[in-house]
Amino acid sequence: MVTKQTPWEKLQSTLTRSKLLKMVTYILLIAWSLTTIYPLFWVINNSFKPSDEVITDSFSLAASPTLQNYERAFQQIDIGQSYLNSLIMSGGTVFFTLLFGGLAAYTLSRFKFHLRGLIQTLLAASLLIPAFATVAPVFEILRKLELLNTYWALILPHTAGFLPFTILVLSSYMVTIPKELEEAAIMDGCNRWKVFSRVIVPVSKPAFSTAGIFVFLWSYNDLFSALIFVPQAEVRPINVLLSQISSQYSGTDYGLLATAVTLTLIPVLLIYLLAQKQVVKGLTSGAVKG
Amino acid sequence: MDRGEKNMKRSVQTSDKGYIFLFLLPTIILTGTFLYYPFLRSVYKGFFYWDGYLTSRFIGLENYIQLAGDEVVRMATLNTLEIMCYAIIFQVGLGIVLAVLVDSVKFGTNFFRSAFFFPVAISATAIGLMFTLFYNYDNGLLNQLLTKFGYEKVLWITEESSLIAVAIPTIWQYVGFYFVILFTAISKIPDDFYEAAHMEGLTGIKKTLYITLPLIWSDIKTCIILAITGSLKVFELVYIITGGGPVNSSEVLGTYMYTKTFVSSAWGYGSAIAVFIVILGMILSVMANKLLKREEVSY
Repeated sequence: MVTKQTPWEKLQSTLTRSKLLKMVTYILLIAWSLTTIYPLFWVINNSFKPSDEVITDSFSLAASPTLQNYERAFQQIDIGQSYLNSLIMSGGTVFFTLLFGGLAAYTLSRFKFHLRGLIQTLLAASLLIPAFATVAPVFEILRKLELLNTYWALILPHTAGFLPFTILVLSSYMVTIPKELEEAAIMDGCNRWKVFSRVIVPVSKPAFSTAGIFVFLWSYNDLFSALIFVPQAEVRPINVLLSQISSQYSGTDYGLLATAVTLTLIPVLLIYLLAQKQVVKGLTSGAVKG
Repeated sequence: MDRGEKNMKRSVQTSDKGYIFLFLLPTIILTGTFLYYPFLRSVYKGFFYWDGYLTSRFIGLENYIQLAGDEVVRMATLNTLEIMCYAIIFQVGLGIVLAVLVDSVKFGTNFFRSAFFFPVAISATAIGLMFTLFYNYDNGLLNQLLTKFGYEKVLWITEESSLIAVAIPTIWQYVGFYFVILFTAISKIPDDFYEAAHMEGLTGIKKTLYITLPLIWSDIKTCIILAITGSLKVFELVYIITGGGPVNSSEVLGTYMYTKTFVSSAWGYGSAIAVFIVILGMILSVMANKLLKREEVSY
């Protein structure tokens, strides 16, 4: 006998099949989300437990949350100083990169002059130079200038290193600004600096904020240059501190290490929560073509 | 009147020249001093015996001859290439899978994007320290799990496993990066392509294979090239998790360059390694571009 499906049954079976597919899809997606969210939760959760509690059971919720690890992070390893150092150096880098990068981007996107092509080629080419290939001579220069282990020892190389990409991002935005805006300002008697600061910068605000965010994140997250140029306790940024305590306390003081990681992540997570779109856009803008 | 206008134009132009110069000056000075000059000097110093201070002696190609015979360079290069393969297969691969899956669901797109992407924004140093806490022999997360289920503790970082131990966080951190690029590409595909596919009866996996993937092929290519160049820059995670050990088993080119220059004071040799990294990057990108181009034609 031939069993024939009624239209109703047919509909039902396709529905369940696609439902099953949907469910599997969601399970897979949630599974990957868990691999990114759970480790973060594990670290933050353990930062609120005393170290011996982390050792006996690191999975349970912090039963009686304590701030003792945070107190020790500020007293024992002086994480406050590193925070301040990181903020000053990454903040300084953002300021100089946006200021100089903005000026250069404006010039390159608005004026036609002899060396323009050459400068653009050089800037694009520099994106291929990794930090490994500049670090030793930069160290030499900083030593000669007696700048090693000062804030400038990180601000200057970081600014130089992030300028090309910043200029690329800013100028690709600025070429879309209609010329009439500037011409009106020039008619009103503004000089080029005033045109830049009063017309171009305000109009390019979205591009500046995207660039500012990725420059800050790159600078804040960089360990390689910081390890070499600013390793001393008074000037070291938070990543250098992390790398130094990781060998010192590893295997013994879980609470303190979890706290140090949590504290390092807080500024970035804050930025991510507040300006997620710009973060995503900024960090992928090199790859995604207009 | 006529002359006056001309004069005005001319004066604007000459003053523009001044502004062009002034506006570009900081960028030229900074990138010149801290980017281009150091790069050229690294290339130059690769031909020297150089201790970073007083001793600097021209030795021709000797650094490169030493490099060719250096067992650790061989190992670091192979390790870097291995990470690169994992990056292409798993980072880009998982990126594609996740992008296709997220594109197929209605709810939670924003949530998944946030969850997948945030490791990209956080510091590799912090991630490295986090994974150190997972791998730690006494009471790390993994061994706590094992003891909980009644198994023996495992030494996670050994000569055999160390490279995998650093490759896992490297891959994990950047999957979200490729996911966002590819997901953006997929969302840009016009609906009519899918409507046509629907008419032809293409659904599910077939639709993905014959419509979606060919249409985002150029973005996949970009991702593969980024994965290649990114793998050459790996430093932080290796430095924090294994320090290149045990016995150089997880050494990559970046960490070896750092050790040679700043620990062993072999600055000339370190420069040669850095130049090697740049050349390797260029060769691999060009090769990848050529290989992938051929693929593209077949569609």
